[in-house]
Amino acid sequence: MNIHEYQAKEILSSYGIPIPRGRVALTSDQVERAAKMMGGRCVVKAQIYAGGRGKAGGVRLIHHPEEAQEYGKELFGRTLVTAQTGPQGLKVRRILVEEAVEIAREFYLSITLDRESSRYILIASSEGGVDIEEVANKSPDKILTLTIDTFTGLRPYQARKIALALGLTGTICEDCVELILNLYRACLEKDCALIEINPLVVTKAGWLMAMDAKITFDDNAVYRHREYPDMMDYSQLDPLEISASKYDLAYIKLSGTIGCLVNGAGLAMATLDVLKECGGEPANFLDVGGGATREKVAEAFRIILQDCDVKGIFVNIFGGIMRCDIIAQGIIEAAAAVGCTLPIVVRMDGSHVEEGKKLLLESSLNVQIGKSLGDGASKIVKMLTVEVQ
Amino acid sequence: MSILVDKHSRIVVQGITGRSGLFHTKQCREYGTSIVAGVTPGKGGIHIEGIPVFNTVTEAIKYTEANVSMIFVPPPGAADAIMEAIDAGIDLAVCITEGIPIRDMVPVKAVLQGSRTRLIGPNCPGVITPGECKVGIMPGHIHSPGKIGVVSRSGTLTYEAVKQLTDLGLGQSTGVGIGGDPIIGMNFIDVLTLFNQDPDTEAVFMIGEIGGGAEEAAAEWIKKNMKKPVAAFIAGVTAPPGKRMGHAGAIITGGKGKAEDKIRVLQECGVVVATSPTHMGEAMLEAMK
Repeated sequence: MNIHEYQAKEILSSYGIPIPRGRVALTSDQVERAAKMMGGRCVVKAQIYAGGRGKAGGVRLIHHPEEAQEYGKELFGRTLVTAQTGPQGLKVRRILVEEAVEIAREFYLSITLDRESSRYILIASSEGGVDIEEVANKSPDKILTLTIDTFTGLRPYQARKIALALGLTGTICEDCVELILNLYRACLEKDCALIEINPLVVTKAGWLMAMDAKITFDDNAVYRHREYPDMMDYSQLDPLEISASKYDLAYIKLSGTIGCLVNGAGLAMATLDVLKECGGEPANFLDVGGGATREKVAEAFRIILQDCDVKGIFVNIFGGIMRCDIIAQGIIEAAAAVGCTLPIVVRMDGSHVEEGKKLLLESSLNVQIGKSLGDGASKIVKMLTVEVQ
Repeated sequence: MSILVDKHSRIVVQGITGRSGLFHTKQCREYGTSIVAGVTPGKGGIHIEGIPVFNTVTEAIKYTEANVSMIFVPPPGAADAIMEAIDAGIDLAVCITEGIPIRDMVPVKAVLQGSRTRLIGPNCPGVITPGECKVGIMPGHIHSPGKIGVVSRSGTLTYEAVKQLTDLGLGQSTGVGIGGDPIIGMNFIDVLTLFNQDPDTEAVFMIGEIGGGAEEAAAEWIKKNMKKPVAAFIAGVTAPPGKRMGHAGAIITGGKGKAEDKIRVLQECGVVVATSPTHMGEAMLEAMK
């Protein structure tokens, strides 16, 4: 689960990590007022669920409140397309206005899970403020890493080694040690999959400060943080993805015309791969879960049909334990409820397959049965080509 | 022979009184698996479906000599359940539970590393030795006894692969679903090592996904150590970068974890990679030529 920069900074601040003075604005007037509060000179930052905002024109240094209002107006109407948003971009609904800070040095600092060692890893670099992956590729010697021992945790002497390696000395070095320890504490207590400060700066006045921050919560841990669901900014998500998540369905909108309904993530990915191979373009990724139920299948069907780009549907269910006749009934009911006349191909495997097929073929749906994964995929592609002609 | 489980395996089910725990206990027993005990804290002393229920895994092992645990405990208690099984000295723990937080799994992994227990999963379909023992939620009937070892990060895609193998007359020695989470117990290399040593496994089929570097590491290991033919499939060739495709593991980040890179490395290491998920069985046949 993603949150905005300003929310991530609020969390850092609650762990004693210094952040710039700032205000969140929902209108351009609020942007202007916030700019006045900062004394006119300020940084205006679009809040979207993606990085790369600076290069896409979503961050600007402002000198007068009027300029802030104008820029705010421009941003609120805009869809920002950055290197991380995909071509459809993200709409700007919230803006962060912050005091402008004179920066002396910039660093990178983050904690995330290292899959190889199954431990948390601290990553730091003296090359802050830029794309860290680029630094890692071009000059890997500038990346410092520390794998954190699960039982002893992160120790002050270890944090000090990192701070010294970043070239910090004296009291700032000790401030940085405390900051690193607090960052680790926040990472654990807030169940972060990633907690990142980029850049962490030393100001000209000689203070450490988190100028930009990103936090991704571990989706599996959201259940034990009651405040997290309210922190979500639904304007940053596809409306169909939101309704899918309510029913525990993993749905991702894609650009094609064939709606896909599959059980299991791996099989769902493989289904997209086969469709492409047959010359079809999938409209979505949709995983109803390994053990799909009739209700979930029906809900998934409704979500797929809300996507106007969908011209046909491919259902691929490898149930095994679950009964195919019950799944078939779910499909028939859901299609009837919304008056679906689109071509459908159903490939089912598992128990009671024949009864399921019989139900589907006897229904009023425009349905064909796929005998296998490949057969089903080529059938739906063919049905759509015929429709177009 | 086989790896991990066989007809002598004695299973204790942690979370046996839950809905899916009980359902799959019955399914496994119907398949012929010897389920000897259940564990649900606070319900020790009762019998469910004729199976004695204990409060702790240690008790269950003491009275029933169980050596394999199948875990269906819901996410808030699942990490603790795995640790309890490790502490009780079980040989093999198979955790089916999906959705365990990262922070809970990090210490589980650390405890596991100093123990005698092997862990499969979490968030996995389980392990099956066809005709002998099923510890998990996979459909038994698509499997057939034979000589192909199957190891997979996926769930239902594994069923697809197994069905294709069975349809081509290629039975399986053991099928292992290692799970799709970022932190898992046994990885590809651990399972491949066992298949390499198992005299009754003649070849291995491996199913990977986008994300992480586990497939690449396995490929390098295969090149150096594997004495048997290996075929593979990688799901997610057409997945867009940055999108989490259902599994916590299946995400392409920072240009790493792409299907095409995994496929290239596997091929360079002598693995036959199925270009389409419809040709997984054929790829296995080709590798065995």
